[in-house]
Amino acid sequence: MSGSVRSTGAVARLSSLPGVSTASDMAAATGRGPATGRLLPVRPELSAALPLGGLRRGSTVSVRGSRALLFALLAEATTRGSWAAIVGMPDIGAVAAAELGVDVRRLAVVPAQGTELLSVTAALLDGLDLVVLGDGLLARHALSRQQTEKLTARARHREAVLLAADAFPGAELELRCTPGRWYGLDESGGYGYLRERAVTVHGSGRGAAAKPVRVSVLLPGPSGGVAAPHSSGTETSRVREAG
Amino acid sequence: MPSHVAFPGRVLVLWCPDWPVTAAAAAAGVSPHVPAAVFAGNRVVTCSAVARRNGVRRGMLRREAQSRCPDVAVLASDPARDARLFEPVVAAAEELVPGVDVVRPGVVAVPVRGAAAYFGGRNSPDAAEHAFSERLAEQVSATAGVECQVGIADGLFAALLAARRGVLVPEGRDAEFLAPLPVAELDQQGESTTEFVDLLRRLGLRTLGRLAELDERTVATRFGHEGVLAHRIARGAAERPLSPRRPAQELAVEQHCDPPLERVDTAAFVARTLADRLHAGLTAQDLACTRVGIYARTEEGEERHRVWRSARPVTAHGVADRVRWQFESWLQAGSGGRPSSGVVHLRLVPEELVHGAALQLHLWHGAGAAGGTEDDPGTERASRAFTRVQALLGPEGVCTPVLTGGRGPAERVEFVSWGSSPGKPGEQAPWPGRLPAPSPTTVPARPVPAAVLDDERRPVSLTARGALTSRPHSVAVEDGVARNITGWAGPWPVDERWWDSAAEGRRARIQVVTTGDGPALLLLLREHGKPRWIVEGVYD
Repeated sequence: MSGSVRSTGAVARLSSLPGVSTASDMAAATGRGPATGRLLPVRPELSAALPLGGLRRGSTVSVRGSRALLFALLAEATTRGSWAAIVGMPDIGAVAAAELGVDVRRLAVVPAQGTELLSVTAALLDGLDLVVLGDGLLARHALSRQQTEKLTARARHREAVLLAADAFPGAELELRCTPGRWYGLDESGGYGYLRERAVTVHGSGRGAAAKPVRVSVLLPGPSGGVAAPHSSGTETSRVREAG
Repeated sequence: MPSHVAFPGRVLVLWCPDWPVTAAAAAAGVSPHVPAAVFAGNRVVTCSAVARRNGVRRGMLRREAQSRCPDVAVLASDPARDARLFEPVVAAAEELVPGVDVVRPGVVAVPVRGAAAYFGGRNSPDAAEHAFSERLAEQVSATAGVECQVGIADGLFAALLAARRGVLVPEGRDAEFLAPLPVAELDQQGESTTEFVDLLRRLGLRTLGRLAELDERTVATRFGHEGVLAHRIARGAAERPLSPRRPAQELAVEQHCDPPLERVDTAAFVARTLADRLHAGLTAQDLACTRVGIYARTEEGEERHRVWRSARPVTAHGVADRVRWQFESWLQAGSGGRPSSGVVHLRLVPEELVHGAALQLHLWHGAGAAGGTEDDPGTERASRAFTRVQALLGPEGVCTPVLTGGRGPAERVEFVSWGSSPGKPGEQAPWPGRLPAPSPTTVPARPVPAAVLDDERRPVSLTARGALTSRPHSVAVEDGVARNITGWAGPWPVDERWWDSAAEGRRARIQVVTTGDGPALLLLLREHGKPRWIVEGVYD
C-alpha cells in the first residue's frame, strides 16, 4: 500500500520535470485526432463518471440536470477537432459553453427545427461526431419509441454520439447532475460573485455502465471550466471575497 | 516526363500591393500615410508599406506589431470587403481589354497576345508587351485611383511573381525566372501550403530551381499530389489547360432563383449548393477547374459576369466564396453599379479545366469554412451535413455562435447562419462592467419577467446612488412559486445607456442563489419606478 503511494509520488515528481511525461499522457497525445479513436475524449475530471472514460462512438447518452455538464462533455472533443451541433436549444449561453472549454467555432446550433426534428437529427448524425437534442424535445415532438430507436440506430451506424438533455428511452448511459452549493457569494449578502459550484454527477446505464458511479466536481470551476472538487477540509475557507 | 505543351498564351498580372490593407484603410477612412495592418486571429495578415518600414511583418502577433509601431492602425480582415472595393479596379482594366480574370481581390490576370499587338503597334513583341503593360497600369491608376504593378510571363504563377517584382519575363523563360526564387513563394496568400513549404526548406530545397530539378516521379512518391502540383508550378509548366477547346457546356451548372436574389446571404446559400453541384460534376469526370465564370441575369434581363481564376484548382468552398464576394460587389456597389433588380438566374461555368486525378482530395478540403477553422475531413463532412439541414430549414436553420464584444450575456454572442461571413469580432476590446466567468448557461431569447421581493414582500428596486432599496428575500420567475434567496451579489450598475437615464432609469444586475438547489439566476432591473426585473441568465 505504502509502496504504491510512494511510487505515485515519484511519478508526480518525475512528470513535473520539463520534457518528462507519463505513459498515459503519451498515449493520450498520440491518440489525438478523434476521427480514429473509438472514444471521444472528455475532460479528465469527468472521465471517471463514464464507464469507458470517454464517450463511446455510436452510443446514446442522456444528460440531465445541468447544461453546464452538457457543455463540459462537448469541450474536449470539440477542441480536438470534432464538430458538435445542438438541436432545439435556442437559448444556450454560448459564452458559458466557451468558458467550459467548448471550441465554439466547431459548434453549430439548430435553433428552430420546426417539424423536421427526425430528418434534421439524422442529417447531423451523418456528418458530425456529437449531436445534442435539447430538453423537452422528445415530449414536444411526441416521438414514439420506434422513432427514438431509429435515432439511436442512426447514431450507432454513423459512429456518432447522440446526447439528449432529457430522459431518452434506450440510452446506453444516463448522466444526472445534482447541483450542490455555489461558492463566491458572501453570506451577509451583496458581495462577491458566483464563482464555482460543487455538483455530483451520477452515472448509470446498461452494459459496461451497469455499475452506478458518483463523481464530485466543480462545475463550473473557478476559471469557468470543470475542476476537481475542493478537498473537504478547505471547502469553506476557499471562498474568497471579490468585488 | 511529358514535354511542355505549347503555351496557351502569355499572361499579364496586375497586382495592387497589400490590397487588403488598401481596401480596409479606404473603408475605414485611414489615410494611406498612416501605418496600417490587417489582422485575422490576432496576427498580421497584410501590412502597408509604411507599417513594413516600421518593422511590422506578416504573421506577427498584434502585440508585437504594436510594440514596434505603436501608431499602427488595426484593421479587421474581411475578404468580402476586399472583393467589393476591388470591383472598380477590375472594371477599369476591363475598359481597356476584354477577358479580365480576377485571381483574388488585389490581383487580376489578363491575356496578353492580342491586346499587346493592338496597343504595341508594329513594335517587336517585347516592346509591344511593354507598351501594353504601361498603358494598363496607367489606365488603372487613372480610373480607379489605385497603385499597381504589372508583370508578364507564360504561366499565371510566374506572372504573379513577376508582377511583385515588376518584370516582364520573356517568352519561354519562366523556368529560368523562377529557378533562383525561394520555395516560400509557393505559399501564395490564401492557399494553405505553409507546411509543405516548411518541409521543403527543412530538406534543403530552398529554391524553386532545386525543386524543379527533381524527377517528377520522385517528387510524386515522396510528397504526393501537393508535391507534384508544386513541382509543375516550379518548372513553369503548371496551369496548362487540358485542351485548348472550351470545356463541355454540360459541366456548367445553373439555377433559376425564385424569388430573385437580392441579399448577399441568400445568394451565398444558393452559391454553395451550386458550387457543390459544379464540383460533383467535375469530380465525376475526373476534372478540376482553374477558372470559373460567374454569370448572373437579373429580373430585367441585365447580364453580369466575371471570371475568377486561380493558380491551383479551386475547391468547392473556394468557388462558393468567390460567388459570395462577387455578389457582395454587385449588390453593394454604388448607385451606378448595382443591378436594378434581383438576380433570377445564376450560372457557374468552368472556363478552364485540368486533370483532377491527383487533386481529388483538394477538391473537398477547401479552406474558408465559416468560423475560420482549419480545414480537415471532419469539417467538410460537417459542412455537408449543415448544408443538408439548411436545405430543410432555410439558411437560418444552422447557426454558429461568434463571440463578440459586449457586457450582457446576450450581447456577447452573435449567431450567424452557417456559411455566411461572421461579423467583426470585438472580443479584444476591454469591456468594463462585464461580469467575470462563469457566464449563464441559459440565456433566454425573450425577456422572462421576475418579481424580487424583500422580507416584507415589498418589491426590491435601486436607489438613486445605485444600491438596492432593501435586501432581496425571495424571487418568483414568471408568476411561478416564490423561492427564498439564500445568497446574492451585486448590484452591478449597467452603465450602457446612461445618457438615456431620464427615459429608462439606471439599470443594474444581481446574481441570486435560491433554496432547494434551484439554479442560480442573473437578474436585470429594467425600470425602478415600478421595478421590473427580468431573468437575463440561468446558471444550471
